Amino acid sequence: MSSIFEYNGSALVAMVGKNCFAIASDRRLGVQLQTIATDFQRIFKIHHKLFIALSGLATDAQTLYQRLVFRHKLYQLREERDMKPETFASLVSALLYEKRFGPYFCQPVIAGLGDEDKPFICTMDAIGAKELAKDFVVAGTASESLYGACESMFKPDMEPEELFETISQALLASVDRDCLSGWGGHVYVVTPTEVKERILKGRMD
Amino acid sequence: MENNQRLKLKVYTSLSFPLSSLPRQTPISSPFSHFSPVQYKRVPLGFAKMASSVVDLPPKGGFSFDLCRRNEMLEKKGLKSPTFLKTGTTIVGLVFQDGVILGADTRATEGPIVADKNCEKIHYMAPNIYCCGAGTAADTEAVTDMVSSQLQLHRYHTGRESRVVTALTFLKKHLFNYQGHVSAALVLGGVDITGPHLHTIYPHGSTDTLPFATMGSGSLAAMSVFESKYKESLSRDEGIKIVVEAICAGIFNDLGSGSNVDVCVITKGHKEYLRNHLLPNPRTYVNPKGFTFPKKTEVLLTKITPLKEKVEVIEGDAMEE
Amino acid sequence: MTKKHANWSPYDNNGGSCVAIAGADYCVIAADTRMSTGYNILTRDYSKISQLADKAVMASSGFQADVKALQKALSAKHLIYQHQHNKQMSCPAMAQLLSNTLYYKRFFPYYAFNVLGGLDNEGKGCVFTYDAVGSYERVGYSAQGSGSTLIIPFLDNQLKSPSPLLLPAKDAVTPLSETEAIDLVKTVFASATERDIYTGDKVEIVILNASGMRREYMELRKD
Repeated sequence: MSSIFEYNGSALVAMVGKNCFAIASDRRLGVQLQTIATDFQRIFKIHHKLFIALSGLATDAQTLYQRLVFRHKLYQLREERDMKPETFASLVSALLYEKRFGPYFCQPVIAGLGDEDKPFICTMDAIGAKELAKDFVVAGTASESLYGACESMFKPDMEPEELFETISQALLASVDRDCLSGWGGHVYVVTPTEVKERILKGRMD
Repeated sequence: MENNQRLKLKVYTSLSFPLSSLPRQTPISSPFSHFSPVQYKRVPLGFAKMASSVVDLPPKGGFSFDLCRRNEMLEKKGLKSPTFLKTGTTIVGLVFQDGVILGADTRATEGPIVADKNCEKIHYMAPNIYCCGAGTAADTEAVTDMVSSQLQLHRYHTGRESRVVTALTFLKKHLFNYQGHVSAALVLGGVDITGPHLHTIYPHGSTDTLPFATMGSGSLAAMSVFESKYKESLSRDEGIKIVVEAICAGIFNDLGSGSNVDVCVITKGHKEYLRNHLLPNPRTYVNPKGFTFPKKTEVLLTKITPLKEKVEVIEGDAMEE
Repeated sequence: MTKKHANWSPYDNNGGSCVAIAGADYCVIAADTRMSTGYNILTRDYSKISQLADKAVMASSGFQADVKALQKALSAKHLIYQHQHNKQMSCPAMAQLLSNTLYYKRFFPYYAFNVLGGLDNEGKGCVFTYDAVGSYERVGYSAQGSGSTLIIPFLDNQLKSPSPLLLPAKDAVTPLSETEAIDLVKTVFASATERDIYTGDKVEIVILNASGMRREYMELRKD
């Protein structure tokens, strides 16, 4: 008997660099120990400079994503602009806390570039308790491994390429020690001028 | 191990207890599911209106119990239901000669893992009132945010400074309504027209009025400092010193508390929020030589999307013609 | 009437992390010195490392009463071995003895998570890692205890050892120099202390090499 959080398996991490950020996830979708898909998307784009990754139960992740896109579109229609990452984090938090007594089994990781392209990263628990960090945030079944790896590998003010290498190494090292996540990685590195999306090769077991 | 099967929620205190330990009438996961979810789509929260929307429109506030039945079904199918973790914090407050001093540590934990090394546990309520929160992080955050907005509206309505008892009543009413399921343990302090006040509020809605108070898993360590050093009419500096000492006692002797010390001094017509007043726990070692990755990551596919400005800014009035 | 059993458990978890790294001509064994239960620190200065023989050092976390009992049982057995053979036990022999001792209590195990480090008969560093009932393996590096999940990925990244299935078999030792290995141990303990509440106070590092044994200490966060 396992936790609902560990049903599908996931590993998410976001890191801040110098005027940029990176957000990464694994690619496995499982039903407990059985692997169902190896190209699963857990990172979603809200707009060009704002991404959300959703760990936990995959069905909830997708439902929550649809609700968030809907709410963001309403916001765009009314305000004629994109949401700031801070605002979006509050929206996610409110949506999750609304279901305080019957939660979505999802732990989100939010990363974006805010005013003057200042990087913003944040994670939450399943009921919307925001946790803002200056360096990195992690979530998913491999979160403990990721904490250890990031804590050892992270350096402040990394340039995009170094940031990519660091987040990729941290992700791959961590998922190799977690049975429920893996099968390579999906990494987005976002700078004020471009979004670089890369797919990583990893162990396939 | 049983530990792995729990829902990881960020928590601040040891005073919260597992939901599952509550006596239950019905074998249903939500304590509120005797409200039929069809009849009561949303239970009003604070001053919110009842909403009976069919479409997924922006909510008018209040909790939603939509997922309770599904989650209960998942539980019946053998997936372990989420329970609350017992976790730690140290929050304190004391009354000194000119007002109130609040203090808190800055660690948030998920089981044995530190989730946030520098979180804020002293919440704004009103310009003259602050509140330290322990318990489930989301609950302390939500309940203090909600009451602070209620106080703001109340001030607009009355045109007077908020009183600490008003905040106290709002908080305890909300917590009592939810019968302890909103697990927030609070230390509320402020200075109003009637002088300085310090209160503690328990998750079930009971309150105390005290000259010095501690809460959270580090409360015993902190109280040992207060009990031996507190006296009436302390000066500001003496007060801060004792508060810092009490928080440090929690930080160093309670594993649920840690990192830095936040302090908030409230006096008549003035307040001072000393965020990270003391940083007694810096990282002890960073390899001076750094490290290298022995193997570069292998990339299978790269996609680059250049970003450009959505709107071109043109000089002058774009609306003309 | 159903019989009521006392809700009593014979085990406690006193936390702590242990790491060992084997090199070509050295072995580094390290553990933090915090002993805790629940949210309380019992002591900030308790060594989890014990020297079982001249060239075999064990670091153990878990339940300290069981660890102590295990250490005593092993040292008694080692004393008998010395009387019978008039020599110190080698590290691989001690590794087998530890496994047997743990498996002997298969159905009421020692609640102890061990790493055994030392030098083998050729003077090469060796590390053996165990589960609580004696399953063991010779590896190039290992971590055990409350912070092990945080430490292992970084060690994997830095020291990735060759697969044990490779033919011909490759040595399971790390390519680092002794000082690099010590730096690495310090880094992983500082990192684990940041995030694991049961690891902290001080790290004790034991270094075994041809010239004997040496001890180092480094302060860690105390919160």
